[in-house]
This record gives sequence, C-alpha cells and structure tokens, in this order.
Amino acid sequence: MSQELAGSKIIIHDMTLRDGMHAKREQMSIEQMVTIATALDEAGVPYLQVTHGAGLGGNSLQHGFALHSNEEYLSAVVPKLKQAKVSVLLIPGLGTMKELQSAYDCGARSVHVATHSTEADTSPQHIAFARKLGMDTSGFLMMSHLNTPEGLAKQGKLMESYGAQTVYITDSAGYMLPADVKARVSALRATLKPETEIGFHGHHNMAMGISNSLAAIEEGATRIDASVAGLGAGAGNTPLEVFVAVCERMGIVTGCDLFRLMDLAEDYIVPLMEHMVRVDRASLTLGYAGVYSTFLLHAKRASERFGIPTRDILIELGRKKMIGGQEDMIVDTTMTMAKERGLLKDVTL
Amino acid sequence: MNKIRCALIGSGNIGTDLIYKIQRSAVLEPVWMVGIDPESEGLSRARSMGLKTTAEGVDGLLPYVKADNIQIAFDATSAYVHAENSRKLNELGVMMIDLTPAAIGPLCVPPVNLAEHADKVEMNVNMISCAGQATIPIVFAVTRVQSVAYGEIVASLSSKSIGPGTRANLDEFTYTTSNAIKMVGKARTGKALAIINPAEPPMLMRNTIYCLTDEEPDQARITESILKMITEVQKYVPGYRLVNGPIFDGNKVSVFMEVAGLGDYLPRYAGNLDIMTAAATRTAEMFAEEILAGNIQLKSVEVAL
Repeated sequence: MSQELAGSKIIIHDMTLRDGMHAKREQMSIEQMVTIATALDEAGVPYLQVTHGAGLGGNSLQHGFALHSNEEYLSAVVPKLKQAKVSVLLIPGLGTMKELQSAYDCGARSVHVATHSTEADTSPQHIAFARKLGMDTSGFLMMSHLNTPEGLAKQGKLMESYGAQTVYITDSAGYMLPADVKARVSALRATLKPETEIGFHGHHNMAMGISNSLAAIEEGATRIDASVAGLGAGAGNTPLEVFVAVCERMGIVTGCDLFRLMDLAEDYIVPLMEHMVRVDRASLTLGYAGVYSTFLLHAKRASERFGIPTRDILIELGRKKMIGGQEDMIVDTTMTMAKERGLLKDVTL
Repeated sequence: MNKIRCALIGSGNIGTDLIYKIQRSAVLEPVWMVGIDPESEGLSRARSMGLKTTAEGVDGLLPYVKADNIQIAFDATSAYVHAENSRKLNELGVMMIDLTPAAIGPLCVPPVNLAEHADKVEMNVNMISCAGQATIPIVFAVTRVQSVAYGEIVASLSSKSIGPGTRANLDEFTYTTSNAIKMVGKARTGKALAIINPAEPPMLMRNTIYCLTDEEPDQARITESILKMITEVQKYVPGYRLVNGPIFDGNKVSVFMEVAGLGDYLPRYAGNLDIMTAAATRTAEMFAEEILAGNIQLKSVEVAL
C-alpha cells in the first residue's frame, strides 16, 4: 500500500490557530498566534487557518468570546508570513458574507465553508462569494459520519456546483474508522470532477487521526487538515508533526520540515495547553458516541455546575443527535437530566 | 359578522398553513391564493379549500382586488420579490403582512409592539423571521425589567421544516433577525444564530435566548416577566413552552425554549413555521378588528420608485 502512495503530493492545512482555539477556550494571545504562525511558515506549511474556533462570527455567548476579533488576529498574522496562505472557517447561520469580506480585507485568501453533512444547500451564497473574491474555496461537510457515502457524494456535488474547489470529509466527532473514511472519500472521488480536490479533517478521539488521513489519501484525498501536537477540540486534530513523520517514511511529499514542527510541538504548543489534549475518558466518549468534539469543555463545565457526570451528558447529546453549533443544548440537556435526577427544580410564577 | 377578505401570496408550506389559520379566524377570510406554478400542490389544495387561485403571480391577482374587496395580503414568497408585490398591492389600498426577510416595513412581534402599529395605520408590516417571533418576546421580557447591552439568540430548526428559499439565503435570515433583537427586543446590540438539524424523527424547534444585562440581573423580576410573556405568546401559539431556565451567570441570563406547532398543515415539529403563520394571523386580525370597527381606513399608497 505504501509503495503506491510514494511520491504523491499532499497539501497540509494547519488547524492549530483555529481548531486549537477551542482547546484554549478561545483565549490565545496575538503574540502566541504570531509566534506559532511564523514557525509554521518557516516549516513550510502551505496553509494555516486563523480564527475563533467556531470561525467567522464565532464571538458569541454561545461559543465564547476570544481575546481578540478575527480581524485583529488576521491583521497581526498575515503580514508576518513569507509563503503560507491564511484561511478562515465560515459556518453559514453563524458567519456571514460581510464577515468573509472583512476577513479577505485582512488578508485571508482561503476558506472552509462548513455545513452539517446533510445541509450543503445552506452554503451556495457563501461559496459563490468566496470564489468571487478569488479565494481558495473548500466545502467542509461536518459530522460526516452521520451521512452515508452516497449521501455525502450528493452533498459534495452540490458544493462543487456552487464553486467549491475542494470538498472535505470532516470527522468532527472523531468517530470514523479507516473503512468509514475510505468508503466516503471513494464515493466523493467517483462523483466529483477530476479537478475538484478532496480533503480530510480528522479528530483523534479514537486515536484514528493518522490512520484515517492515510485511508483518505489512499482513496484520492490530496488535502489533509492537522494541528501541531494535535491542539484542537476533543482529543485534538490529527497531530501534524506525527503525520508529517509518517508521510516521510512512506515517501508521501508534504514539503514540511519535520524537525521544526517537532520542536514547535514540544517547546511551544504543549507548554501552552491548559489541559493535556489527548484521548481520555471524556474525549474517548465523544469518539465512541459520535458527538461533536467542541462539546467537550462545555460538557465538563455543565457537569461541574449541575452534578451530572460528563460522560452521561455526552452520551445523551449523542442520543439526541445534537450537531455542531448546538452548544446551548449542552446546558439545556444537563438541566433536564438534573431535574430527572432530582437535583434541580422548575421555576414557577 | 363581516370579515376582512385576504389574499395569500406564495403557495408553499407557509401559504398553505396560513389558509387553515385564517379560516379559523372570526375576522379574516382567505379568498385568493397566488402562486407561480399551475401544477403546484399548494394551489390545488387552495382550490379544494374553496379559494380562488392564480398561477400568474401578483399580476394575476391585481385585476380582482377591487371586485373581491381584498384588504389584507400575506406575502410568503421571498425577500427579492416582496418589494414589488408590496408596491403593486399598496397602490390598490391593500395592506401587506410581510413574512419574508425583506423587512421594508416596520417589524412586528405581536405581544411586544402590535398595538403601536395599529395606531399608525401601517400599510406594510414585517414579521421578521421564525426565530425572531420565537425569541424576541423573551428578549423584551428582560429589557422591560432592566437594560440589556447584548441579546443573542440561537434557533435550532429541523431540516425538514426549512425550505429552499431560506436555505439559499441564510444571511438574510441572520441580518433581519439580528437587527430585530435591537429594534423590537430593545437590546443595544443583537446577534442571531441558526442551526439546521437533520435528526429523525425531526426535533421540535428549539430556541435559546441569552441576554447580558448592564447591571446585576434582578432574578425574581426577570423570571416573573419571562413567565408572563410566555403566557402572552401561548395565546396564539399554544405549543410555546419554557424547557429550562432562566438561569443566571453573572450578568448573563439564559432561557431555553421549545415551540411545537399546531399541526394544521405543517407537522408539529415545524413550530418555527407555525409561529410565523400564527403571528402573522394575529397581526392581521388586530388590523381587521380596527377596520371593522371603523377606527382605521386603509388608503392606497403611491410609492415613488
């Protein structure tokens, strides 16, 4: 298998400064952003994403307020880079075209336009607008485990028809196993135009980040999202430096400098983690139950406040089929569970 | 008793559900349904329910407005065609209830500001959005107790209840609703978030309302104000229900609501569409009562283009 991949070229898209914001409760300083971004740039990483964890429009009571606006982060990072392009995340229903224009004005030149894996038709305005701005435009199908390979192929085809140049299979819950990824990527590859790229964005909740990314490449994916030391929601993203090391051994070309990335991970990223981003009881529950990775820290806070174990909350959210963006339903669900367990009472007039 | 005769523009889910609501009204009568597709299920259903129909758009209705004495029209088409529909019908003295995000007329949330509009004899009122109708009463229930620096609402909608128009134009929904949180809800700044959830069986519409008060929240008075407001909304949307809260964290007030529809034409999970049609019907009824009592007279409006 590795022999047929030798020589293939993969575009690495760093998520440390976007998905990593979730793991930092959106509290990353401008200085930290610039330090990490310039190190990634020097290590040859071609794309890096910079925004609030929930993307454009993310600053909210629902998703938390970052230390700075997206415009402030972008304006600080973009001028410091020699080769890397900066991307943003845009989830329609949260972010708008006005915010995309504003991000473009601050130097963003690539965008992940993200919808739930069955709702691609909420993205035509935003994808078309990104193309009109001349941005490198990806459609990003979140929670891909909740749609079938055939269903995802249809959704990907819609995004392609709106103008997406890349379509991503996004394992937001870190639920998928390599066979799940292969079936989905190959269904997309069979349906999309040959010039449309396929991307894979993994979460490491079942420790499948690397294996799943390789499975995606075997079926024709050419873009892989990853973050240094895995800094990201849940048990983190596919760990970038590990992935680059594996690629080197397999002869897959990433153009990234492994040792610089290892140093960045060890000397800078790990020390600034507020909690160890790793597979543990709660993050494994996300992967096992198929729950949106960003729910992790919200569920832990709700657990402390209302006295319901985090695992119970996450399992219930999975059962209720809550999806990305429904962070309000974490406190709501926990309160309902607390009432059922006699820990909380209803208000009355 | 006399009834005010109405036209419904747009033969989709909203227009069809409106027929049921208006037929039950003591002061409104649905007379015309306007569509653009002669084969549409909505038009054939309207005919079977006794309405006159045209598939020629609003232009197909105009010749009959005077003879059929149409005085109120509901527009459930799209923001893009609403302005033109409104101009043509206002010229003939027909008042518009706008269910699109066009928002060219003043914004209306019945339990918050309906009475103000009646006094002014507006010829076009806008119903904002389903999320606006479901959440702005709660924002206002807080701002009438104490000032709110920022109001934020999160609407979770079942995938099956969201039509192609809303999907293709999600930004309009966001802008219109965010603006209404300020203009009608009276928070100084506002933000609206929408999530479309495809779970099966479809989930009921859920809404979360967050308010950041300027001063420490008066928990007892805010709770009482919210519970009273909920009973006001329940008068026209019986399935409007508090699920959890209000809860208080510092100056943040959080309220978790659910809306079940009446299940007239749209299934019960589509509380989002039901609250729009119910609010629009209630708004039209208030104008109709005033017209029937001789308190207001609709006048034709020439709109400069």
